[in-house]
Amino acid sequence: MSALTTTAPELARRPRPRRNVVAHLFLAVLVLYFLVPIWWLIVASTKDAHGLFSGSAGALWFDSNFNLVANLQDLFTYNGGEYLHWLGNSFLYALSGGLGATAISVLAGYGFAKYRFRGRNFAFALLLGSVMVPLTALVIPTFILLSNLKLTDTVWAVILPSLLSPFGVYLMRVYTADAVPDELLDAARVDGAGEYRMFFQVSLPLLRPAVVTVLLLSVVGTWNNYFLPLAMLSTSRLYPLTVGIGLWEQLASGNNGGGHSLWSLIIIGSLVSIIPLVVAFLTLQKYWQGGLSLGSLK
Amino acid sequence: MADHGSMTTTSAPPAVAAPAGAPPSPRRKAASGSEKMVARRARVGWVFIAPFAVVFVAFLLAPLAYALYLSLFTKGLATGTKFSGLDNYVRAFSDPSFLKGVWFVLRFSLVLIPVQMAVSLGAALVLDSLTTRLARFSRLMIFLPYAIPAVIGALMWGFLYSPTFGPLQQIASLVHAQAPFLLSQDNVFYGLLNAVTWQWAGYYMIIIYAALQGIDPTLYEAARIDGANVWQIALRIKVPMVSSAMVLILVFALIGTLQFFSEPQILAPIANGSITPDFTPNIYAYNLAFSYAQFNYASAISFALGIIVFIAVYVFMFATRKRGSSLS
Repeated sequence: MSALTTTAPELARRPRPRRNVVAHLFLAVLVLYFLVPIWWLIVASTKDAHGLFSGSAGALWFDSNFNLVANLQDLFTYNGGEYLHWLGNSFLYALSGGLGATAISVLAGYGFAKYRFRGRNFAFALLLGSVMVPLTALVIPTFILLSNLKLTDTVWAVILPSLLSPFGVYLMRVYTADAVPDELLDAARVDGAGEYRMFFQVSLPLLRPAVVTVLLLSVVGTWNNYFLPLAMLSTSRLYPLTVGIGLWEQLASGNNGGGHSLWSLIIIGSLVSIIPLVVAFLTLQKYWQGGLSLGSLK
Repeated sequence: MADHGSMTTTSAPPAVAAPAGAPPSPRRKAASGSEKMVARRARVGWVFIAPFAVVFVAFLLAPLAYALYLSLFTKGLATGTKFSGLDNYVRAFSDPSFLKGVWFVLRFSLVLIPVQMAVSLGAALVLDSLTTRLARFSRLMIFLPYAIPAVIGALMWGFLYSPTFGPLQQIASLVHAQAPFLLSQDNVFYGLLNAVTWQWAGYYMIIIYAALQGIDPTLYEAARIDGANVWQIALRIKVPMVSSAMVLILVFALIGTLQFFSEPQILAPIANGSITPDFTPNIYAYNLAFSYAQFNYASAISFALGIIVFIAVYVFMFATRKRGSSLS
């Protein structure tokens, strides 16, 4: 923010209108590109099956027949309301996986940054190496491992592997090293604070921006995850939205639109599925905006 | 140095950021008080790490080790499961399906990453030079696809590409032309390229933008006095100053792209057969495991892919090391 306020008067003093017009045009084109699919999704959600495939208004404009409410009703009641289950599951997986991964990362990052113990350097080197491990390459082995424990096709099969976030630990470690001065901890120790109380009362408040960032990253990661739940779950009632909508899409393209028109459900379902995170990002702007750059700190 | 109250802490110029591993000398003085205290504190350190260590062992080391173990066995219909050494790897690296998939993701990364980089760096540089309301709005809108699951992003583009009701065809038919079907055999590379760029460029843009905002603006003033123009400031000052952020992004983009799965998997049913069950190594491994129950060979494919990613990332890190920036 400080950078913004110092440059603002300067820009005002020296306006360069032509370059600004070009720059704004460039931005407008970008915004158009990034918004077209979302605009299409909103428009298409208001159409019935006929309007979708052969509507006269074209793909990017509303039909005369505004069918949004009926589509929503359809969405929430289709096949015993399975969409609502998926929505609930997505919340369950994203919140439990995201909160759990964040708590674990904060603790570990703090431990790495503020304590010296045998094996610390080795453990941290291992962690850094693991940031490079492609997590999807672990999905199939994890599936076999969990199936030996009879844990596949349960919510645990999605939640437990989501707790792993080596990058979150790395971010927390880097951030903690700078944000929590050792002198402060030593002063608290002199005052007789215990190590754990110190963590909660002295350090944690200082770490808040990084905690929010890691939380956002892991909630988004779990909410958007597809491969892991696709591999782990076979009962459709346990699916999160991504896998559920993928299932509908397969059904719809399989029977070529025969029977119930699943395509309109897929479209309205996609729209509803992106609302929670889009709203979260728009309302939590001030928390994530600088925070996502944490990784570039070093 | 850090100002804890606000998020701007994070945009400290990378060059000035203190090395995180620097030995905190004052602490050592205080800690040298008693042996017992040092031992106790070491224990506390482990307690903080313990939950992560458990998850790390259970869901990273154990699956890795297990995948390696499984990949050394072969399950035959008549013979049962028996140890076969590196046979599965020999098979994988002479399996046209696997090699074709690896070739595709490598080729795809080579085109995708520069394109994504150009879009996100260009957008970040423009956004950094403007403080208007439109610029703030644009920043948010360009970032928005990050909040949308890859599955939904792929579906939306799939619809937009559709020759029956997508806008591309409708626009083309206004001039009585045939729009290219971006999921056809010849075009699917570009169809996917567009969908992935759309999905991730905004996220990368935000990271670069935040790094740009952390640069001390007096640098620009000094350069301007020395007669540098806008382009020179952008290329000679801004880009080098955010190079560590860009290396980080490149590494993530590379790791992500080599594991390409969701988008092609979702687009396969509507791509009229141009996305095959061995399209990328991950899709191939998934189909081997879940359609053919070849878990041993699927594990070998997963492990081989992991090794390829590791090598690719290290080659890349080595190549960019000269710039003086790396993860560690």
